[in-house]
Amino acid sequence: MTAWLHHVTALPIVVPLLSAAVLLFFSEPRRLPRALIALASTLIQAAAAGTLLWMTSHPASGAAPDGILVYSIGSWPAPYGIVLVADRLAAVMLALTAAIALPVVVYSFAQWDRLGVYYHPLFQLLLMGVNGAFLTGDLFNLFVFFEILLAASYGLLMHGGGTARVTSSLHYIAVNLAASLIFLIGVAVIYGAAGTLNLADLAAHWDEASPQDRRLLDGGLAVLAVAFLIKGGIWPLNFWLPTAYSAAAAPVVAVFSILTKVGVYSIVRVGFMVDPSKPVLYGGSLLFAAAIATMAVGSLGALAARHPPRLIAFSVIVSAGTVLAALALGSASTLAPALFYLVISAPATAAAFLVAGMAARMQMHSVTAVLDRDGAEATYTAFDVGEPARSSASMDDDEVGFIIPAGVAFLGLAFLSCGLLVAGLPPLAGFLAKVSLIVAALGSLGVVQHPAHVWVLVVALLGASLAALLAFLRIGVRLFWTARETTRPRVRMLEAVPVAFLVLVGIGLTVMAGPVMTYLTAAARALHQPDAYIHAVLATSKPVQP
Amino acid sequence: MELIFAIAIGLLTGSGVWLLLRPRTFQVILGLSLLSYAVNLFIFGVGHLAVGKPPIIRADGATNASLYADPVPEALVLTAIVIGFATTALFLVVLLASRGLTGTDHVDGREHDA
Repeated sequence: MTAWLHHVTALPIVVPLLSAAVLLFFSEPRRLPRALIALASTLIQAAAAGTLLWMTSHPASGAAPDGILVYSIGSWPAPYGIVLVADRLAAVMLALTAAIALPVVVYSFAQWDRLGVYYHPLFQLLLMGVNGAFLTGDLFNLFVFFEILLAASYGLLMHGGGTARVTSSLHYIAVNLAASLIFLIGVAVIYGAAGTLNLADLAAHWDEASPQDRRLLDGGLAVLAVAFLIKGGIWPLNFWLPTAYSAAAAPVVAVFSILTKVGVYSIVRVGFMVDPSKPVLYGGSLLFAAAIATMAVGSLGALAARHPPRLIAFSVIVSAGTVLAALALGSASTLAPALFYLVISAPATAAAFLVAGMAARMQMHSVTAVLDRDGAEATYTAFDVGEPARSSASMDDDEVGFIIPAGVAFLGLAFLSCGLLVAGLPPLAGFLAKVSLIVAALGSLGVVQHPAHVWVLVVALLGASLAALLAFLRIGVRLFWTARETTRPRVRMLEAVPVAFLVLVGIGLTVMAGPVMTYLTAAARALHQPDAYIHAVLATSKPVQP
Repeated sequence: MELIFAIAIGLLTGSGVWLLLRPRTFQVILGLSLLSYAVNLFIFGVGHLAVGKPPIIRADGATNASLYADPVPEALVLTAIVIGFATTALFLVVLLASRGLTGTDHVDGREHDA
């Protein structure tokens, strides 16, 4: 059985690539085949992620010794060929991506995918880039997958058109192009000093570098970290984020909530790989200060936000800051709780974005009002495609599936759950993550270099919770509990089920907190001891015949 | 040769950063292009500059590594050029869309009073 099972590692990249290509053959009006292909592709990715999760958590089954699966593309041996590596952390991130992508795809069938053109191909390419970034074991491929996901995200951000989206896209693209160039500089410096870009090979020879080369390597890594931090949304490199995220269409921005996690993941992956004892930048006061500032700025921004999408965008920033601050503490024990918080905050923010998209209809009569019609028409003209078959009536007359009763109650409850998850309040899993983070931080008082940092972190965590609670309450009360003249929201099944699914993921993480935490602790331990990873990757190379 | 190469990269980077920080979209895209040229040259440079050394195995099958240039940076540069070209083209489209929608070529979509 295990003979072919290792090919599963490549599925999260190959399947979305193929489906994106196939989707291009179906013109916009043929919605059913497009929807089926997009759904099937996302389901396969979810199944692959689940399989990888199972294989890495059962090393005894023999499928993945030490919880690490190495897949050499084209069977070229490791330092020369390109490898995909699925270890516990990668598997968790893949599962998280699938858990968000699946409901978002379903949600977008509720006519969101008709706001513009090529929604589903771009969406699949975005997934391909994200999955690839999680799986790759090579720095330059990390760059390539970053570019794929960014290129897709440029298109998705403008989905629906309109002045706000185009203007914020302009900023988003400029910032990310500059970040990509910084990424390339870092990669080039590391290649120049080490002569390899394979992560495992790099890690194996990191300590053998001459002091001169070592300085170059550390410098290259710091440059790389800047590029990752821009994607991760850390202050002061995140000014593009709130505007871009609040302008994008709801399902688009929901899946974007995984993008900042890609930046954080890359920092964890690369940093721990090359120097697990004292990861470059971690334990450094600079990153810690920046992360705390990110939490502070994000919290203030959330408090000042007047519209739900902006509030949630700032929550995304706060959660990135939280994870990075916990990493920067430089303690081994905070890594697993930080990962747990990362896993929880992603579906919570995604669900909140989806709810915000539905709630926007309460103020405006239909999605078409949110969308700048002229902008959309310009898009259709630019791409030389006819306007998609839109019902002549406005969208909310065109009912998709059932309309569930008690719409406001449902939306309010979902929004409240997201708020609780993000703020880290009982009874949901955010609370468990924050408590375990605080306990781990306090437990490492004697270990870390700067004990004062522990107290700063604890205060920042509690402060961020309070700010998130206040901000979500304020917006939630105004949105759902204030009597005023609005249209009664029509909550469609196609939109409600995905939101419910995402909230249930959050609740499921609460119930299953024990096993999840055990798995993440194992992932964190593996990160601190990358020898197994290095051996697994380099073992693929056979001795070269002279 | 190294000195000229370094000065060229420095000039391109300097002009690129300056243009990137300008308020007009066209200046921004030119700045990004210049920066990507600088970065491409930089990647090329980390493979060590050499004259008359091919990156592929020669017909006589000489195996002395010092006869060859490092092919990896050249491959990286090719990839970076392709990606940079595609994203620049995409940025150009967004630039035109922004110009059409807002009627100004300011990056913020509206003119600021000086």
